[in-house]
Amino acid sequence: MRLTIKTEELRDELIRRVEDLSRQSLLQCYQCGKCSAGCPVVDEMDVIPSEIIRLLQIGRLEEVLNSKTIWVCASCLQCASRCPKGVEFSNICDALRQMVLRKRLSNPRMDADEVSAIMISDAPQMGVVAALRKLNG
Amino acid sequence: MKIPYYPGCTLHERALDFDVSARECAKAVGVELQELPIWTCCGAVFPLVSDNVMEILAPVRNLAYAAREGDKLVTLCSFCYHVLKRANKVVKDDPEKMEKANLFLRADTEAREEVESYTRKDYEGQVDVLHYLEMLRDVVGYDEVKKKLRRTLDGLRVAPYYGCMLLRPKKEMEFDDPEQPSIFEEFLDTLGCDVVDFAMKTECCGGFQIVADEDLAVQCSRNVVGSALKNGAEIIVTTCPLCRYNLDKKQDEMAKSVRGFKKIPVVYFTQLLGIALGIGGEHIDFSDNYVDPRPVLAGKSLL
Repeated sequence: MRLTIKTEELRDELIRRVEDLSRQSLLQCYQCGKCSAGCPVVDEMDVIPSEIIRLLQIGRLEEVLNSKTIWVCASCLQCASRCPKGVEFSNICDALRQMVLRKRLSNPRMDADEVSAIMISDAPQMGVVAALRKLNG
Repeated sequence: MKIPYYPGCTLHERALDFDVSARECAKAVGVELQELPIWTCCGAVFPLVSDNVMEILAPVRNLAYAAREGDKLVTLCSFCYHVLKRANKVVKDDPEKMEKANLFLRADTEAREEVESYTRKDYEGQVDVLHYLEMLRDVVGYDEVKKKLRRTLDGLRVAPYYGCMLLRPKKEMEFDDPEQPSIFEEFLDTLGCDVVDFAMKTECCGGFQIVADEDLAVQCSRNVVGSALKNGAEIIVTTCPLCRYNLDKKQDEMAKSVRGFKKIPVVYFTQLLGIALGIGGEHIDFSDNYVDPRPVLAGKSLL
């Protein structure tokens, strides 16, 4: 596969924004894949966590922001806990979600009126609050 | 001994079985949990992005209320514990965020005179946030708990499910080893249970994703339940209302994709403690459990 990496994409200020928001250094990652191996929802992701970081390293923010991955993450922090380089993918994922949600780059993953009646009447309220904060902003 | 207590929203309403059993057990081991006179929701999530001060305000406000009551704050829900403990650490480690949070608190007191007495002073992280398990181990002492037991839960094969929020991130939670924790096992040993180790005890149950994507969360919780069953557990114990919900109430959904799926009850650790302490009646209520734990408990002559 031919891949064109453009200098301007590598220096994209939005990529630096991901680093600032998440307080993570993307170049720390050496692609060992432990984050992806430990992720409990990796099967449901279209781009696995280590690939997300790789794409960000080479300036492909667009693909990352459009991935299903960032909405599937449940912030369980297993990736961050197991990274030998101390990179907290969970925080990178939260930063990416926030970048989408704050600018409404796409529809939020979940609107308040989409919460099902059974969840309203049955689920612990902490779950509903957490879901809306994570997936709606 | 009186210790300030933060129940949080879910224990105040949907997880009353957790709250009531915990308060009664505390009394039985010589602790009076004193609910904070004023408290609000902790916000349920800790912000993972660097510029978000808004989401630490609710936990810091609650900590400021707690500071008026004492130097410790006990909580039970894993989410509340996680959010309060991490927000407390932000206040201690980040002077700029501490100042911002206190500016908001002061604005609050101007707007609402009735809370003025609770937030007059700046909050600087002076409260120790304790999980109830830590309270039992470090304040009361497991040995003391053992002396108060009316019966031991001999032969009951119990799988302790930690989940995510108590343990991670290790450097902020400082709760236990994130891969090989032991506080729960030591607690169950104290009660005399047969502790069942299982691979998924620190894996995610799917958490809040149950609200947005049920299939995703059920897949996670099925892995946890399956792992406990495979290792011979008869009952799973948890510290979190959301874990309880995902692991217990979704077992019909789990059964759809697993041939020969066997149901297993999921209870709060305080409910087992209550039984061992001889607390009965309405204080140990299993009516909200989807998979009824009573047959298993009755089978061991524990009810």
